[in-house]
Amino acid sequence: MNLTLKIWRQKNKNAEGKFETYPVKDVSPDMSFLEMFDYLNEELINKGEEPIAFDSDCREGICGSCSMWINGRAHGPVPGVTTCQLHMRSFKDGETITVEPWRAKAFPVIKDLVVDRSSFDKVIAAGGFVSINTGGAQDGNTILISKDDASEAFSASMCIGCGACVAACKNSSAMLFVSSKIFHFASLPQGKVEAKTRVQNMVAKMDEEGFGDCSNTYACEAQCPKEISVEKIAKMNREYLTAKLT
Amino acid sequence: MTTFLSGIFTRSVGKKIAMGITGLFLISFLIVHCAINATIFVNDGGKVFNEAAHFMGTNIFIRIMEIVLFAGIIWHIVQALILTLDSRKANSVKYAKFDGKANSKWYSRWMGLLGTLILMFLVVHLLDFWAQARFTGLGIPPVMIDGKEYENMYGKMLEVFSVGWVVVVYILGMISLAYHLMHGFQSAFQSLGLNHKKYTPVIKLTGTLFSIFIPLIFALMPIAIYFGFLK
Amino acid sequence: MSDIDSKIPEGPLATKWTKYRSTVPLVNPSNKRNIEIIVIGSGLAGSSAAASLAEQGYRVKVFCFQDSPRRAHSIAAQGGINAAKNYQNDGDSVYRLFYDTIKGGDYRSREGNVYRLAEVSGNIIDQCVAQGVPFAREYGGLLSNRSFGGTQVQRTFYVAGQTGQQLLLGAYNALERQVGIGSVTMYSRHEMLDIVKIDGKARGIIARDLVTGKLERHFGHAVLLCSGGYGNAFYLSTNAMGSNVTAAWKAHKAGAYFANPCYTQIHPTCIPVSSGHQSKLTLMSESLRNDGRIWVSKKKDDTRKANDIPEDERDYYLERRYPAFGNLVPRDVASRAAKERCDAGHGVGASKMAVYLDFASSMKRYGTIEANKRNIHNPSAEEIDRLGKEVLKEKYGNLFDMYKQITNEDPYEVPMRIYPAVHYTMGGLWVDYNLMTNVPGLYALGEANFSDHGANRLGASALMQGLADGYFVIPYTIGVYLSNEIRTKAISTDEPAFVEAEKKVQDNIDKLMSIKGTKSVDHFHKTLGLILWNKCGMSRNETGLKEAIEEIKALREKFWSDVRIPGDANELNTELEKAGRVADFLELGELMCIDALHRNESCGGHFREEYQTEEGEAKRDDENFAYTAAWENKGNNAWDLHKENLEFKEIHISKRSYK
Repeated sequence: MNLTLKIWRQKNKNAEGKFETYPVKDVSPDMSFLEMFDYLNEELINKGEEPIAFDSDCREGICGSCSMWINGRAHGPVPGVTTCQLHMRSFKDGETITVEPWRAKAFPVIKDLVVDRSSFDKVIAAGGFVSINTGGAQDGNTILISKDDASEAFSASMCIGCGACVAACKNSSAMLFVSSKIFHFASLPQGKVEAKTRVQNMVAKMDEEGFGDCSNTYACEAQCPKEISVEKIAKMNREYLTAKLT
Repeated sequence: MTTFLSGIFTRSVGKKIAMGITGLFLISFLIVHCAINATIFVNDGGKVFNEAAHFMGTNIFIRIMEIVLFAGIIWHIVQALILTLDSRKANSVKYAKFDGKANSKWYSRWMGLLGTLILMFLVVHLLDFWAQARFTGLGIPPVMIDGKEYENMYGKMLEVFSVGWVVVVYILGMISLAYHLMHGFQSAFQSLGLNHKKYTPVIKLTGTLFSIFIPLIFALMPIAIYFGFLK
Repeated sequence: MSDIDSKIPEGPLATKWTKYRSTVPLVNPSNKRNIEIIVIGSGLAGSSAAASLAEQGYRVKVFCFQDSPRRAHSIAAQGGINAAKNYQNDGDSVYRLFYDTIKGGDYRSREGNVYRLAEVSGNIIDQCVAQGVPFAREYGGLLSNRSFGGTQVQRTFYVAGQTGQQLLLGAYNALERQVGIGSVTMYSRHEMLDIVKIDGKARGIIARDLVTGKLERHFGHAVLLCSGGYGNAFYLSTNAMGSNVTAAWKAHKAGAYFANPCYTQIHPTCIPVSSGHQSKLTLMSESLRNDGRIWVSKKKDDTRKANDIPEDERDYYLERRYPAFGNLVPRDVASRAAKERCDAGHGVGASKMAVYLDFASSMKRYGTIEANKRNIHNPSAEEIDRLGKEVLKEKYGNLFDMYKQITNEDPYEVPMRIYPAVHYTMGGLWVDYNLMTNVPGLYALGEANFSDHGANRLGASALMQGLADGYFVIPYTIGVYLSNEIRTKAISTDEPAFVEAEKKVQDNIDKLMSIKGTKSVDHFHKTLGLILWNKCGMSRNETGLKEAIEEIKALREKFWSDVRIPGDANELNTELEKAGRVADFLELGELMCIDALHRNESCGGHFREEYQTEEGEAKRDDENFAYTAAWENKGNNAWDLHKENLEFKEIHISKRSYK
């Protein structure tokens, strides 16, 4: 396959960025999108140019590092996959592909396609935990949890924190990410103890970090590589109301 | 009240809860408004309608609710402006390529525009009817029903909807309303935390039917009058 | 006689740890506030250690090269975590888990450490449940278990196929809680590039801020390396792209012994390499071997499609060689057998470096059973296939989908192509019972140390060890050292030792940047990977290892004269990061070969072709090699060997056979 790539290049946080166009020849349809980038980078290095910086680590779709905005969509055109699990056979020979970094005020660009997502960590630090210290936990089987509750909790805790929801949202809202953590704990007895403070603290931190509001377009759900449902957001709203009203 | 609800609407989650509450309130108003106006389809020369209009214009509870309604509209609009500004702040750099249609409905993304169109329609509509009834007078003689004198709101409708371009404006207004509701109805439930695997499909279906039928019934009023189906 | 002291406490095995734990020196809470601990890496071991130590009152700094601690590669572990809970009433116990682990490690691990691991395994589950890890449950609400390789009891706890992710997020949440409180300072996108030693003790690190390229000096009363394994020395592995040995290797060069570097585990069922551009390998769960039959063509260089090869021309080589265990032989045996067939010219697919994992006969078998269940008489072949496919889908649907996504082949229609791949390293920094290396104040936890898995790790034990070290071992054992450090005031990072260490790191970066050669870092990494894979991989021999050592030496020289790193050192420069890591792999690779060459026996993941039985099985030499090989770096790529003899007081050493 031969492709034309239009890629956002930006030297650093403060520099002006712009698109550069790169023709890429002889791409194998079996390459992953990131392997195609490796291939392009190898060529750039051989030509003495600076390779394109991008985040990537596990390349199995679970670490949440990779974060490319491909042809107008987070993680590209195939639903339910991360960029590292997107393969070139999903593109047409001769196609022009536009690649941009995640765009949100809370995710400033560090270089090229690399953005700073540390605001996510800060939101978790504000309340995304059960406040217990190591040691002294009772036997695991003394807390009975129904199979359904466990899988409900897992359906939210499987979030990989990649930030596609923020990237996809026209308001740069982080509600799917934040609500996933709140939903996870709200589904389990262990999380109920501090449910009220958790939701208030995490929502406050989310706002402070500069994420936008939710207008229920559900683009986050459509582009989440783990296909996490917006019902998590509704649950967060409910938790928030409960915390405020009771 | 203030301490009880302190801070509830200042956070992002609270803001959309406010949108949801005001939205649902306005939806409830639409039902009442639509039900009353639909009495013109009795085609009795406006007898029932004028009686109902009189009740609405004079009942003290309704008059208080009218103030609440305007407050609701203003709150809905102000909240929408705040949300839009927040969104601008949170998302200052736009993508060069944005495949919006792949992820969401166009009317979900353009609620602000639809809302503005509805507001413009609302101004025209209020000037046509409400402002005159309340302040300047309708400018047409009252009617006698069962020996009692009533303001002839029905006659006013016949007069207003005899003008072609006004009818077009009303139809466009109702189309905007339909799409606004298409998103807004189910969105309000989501914002208030009501999303459930079993019930959400029902809410969504109800919302779609509501978004189609209420504006349709409203739109049929000027159409029916303009083409002389109602006299 | 061992010339190094493992400090295993005296006394009966069963009470060693409890007694020791109750008698180790403590640090008073008010003193803890003045003690700083540096943790490198934020995987299961790092996050759990950092959170637990911070909860106790220590001031902790955590460093990770990823943009968030949640991304550490522990996140990719699939299967589960072992614990001797005996919830299934099937005879499990601390002793049985201990025994299985020692035997699984081919009798090359320490009894004391492994027993402790088995002892605390139950606490890990309790801790994780309390944190809100959504473990799989039974209908009655109790925790669910499944079986795993190498054991006869059900002791594996799991969260779907994402156990590592959920456990790591639990530890990460605990860590972030401490960050929020202020007791942990988090340094993401930072890479440790050297250890600072003062008077022989580890006193800090030099780290590079990967965004600005600035070098930073950090003081700590103790330094914990939780930096994972070195599987990426092979270039292609199931490790993450960024997984590296640099932290451990710098510690090694600063004096810490590196133990058993030749013990690498190679997992038999991975999606094979499809092209030279492939960046990493993906695991297909071992459970597939329950229903898949492994085969190649009897004909050499057969170019026919799998479905065109008639039944009698297929060689089900595992069933042929190991009739008793068939396709379910242990990982190391299955991996070696696949390699043997491919090397003999029977490999399949375009690359010829793969074997088939075929579900056709299972599909027929399940289809027939299903037809009987549904009372369908004389079902057609299509009907049987359809019913069989339904059963397979229910059991392995997500794995089949993942395979299809990557290879674009439908495993319901054609056999899967699989090949072994590197995925874990048992070797690592030598540590004593306290998890301290031979450098005072320098610790190694999790995959970064060598301690618990011997020559081969059992499935679902890596998560157990990482969390055991972090949650339940280091919080106690670190007191042994730190109780003597309460009078040590924070040392200024302007001390000469810090200045010198930083200069050394800076010089190294300058040197790399000044080469301005012609080849990319990846070029050298790939070449090194191939050398190691071919000569120090699934099977090794003396000639190959000797060649490999020479080749690696030459490659290293080439690297230092011809590598090309574009860009600047004072900015985010991924090529520079990679170059530093590959430079370390180029040294470690040699030591791996040296270790493999010196160990004249076959055990676990280390298979020396010269030391095998007539049937081609591994032949251990307990008389001469029942020891841990701890290598001391003498500089200039020269090493001295120290031996820690392994004493088996509880367990009787015996032979493994799967015939």
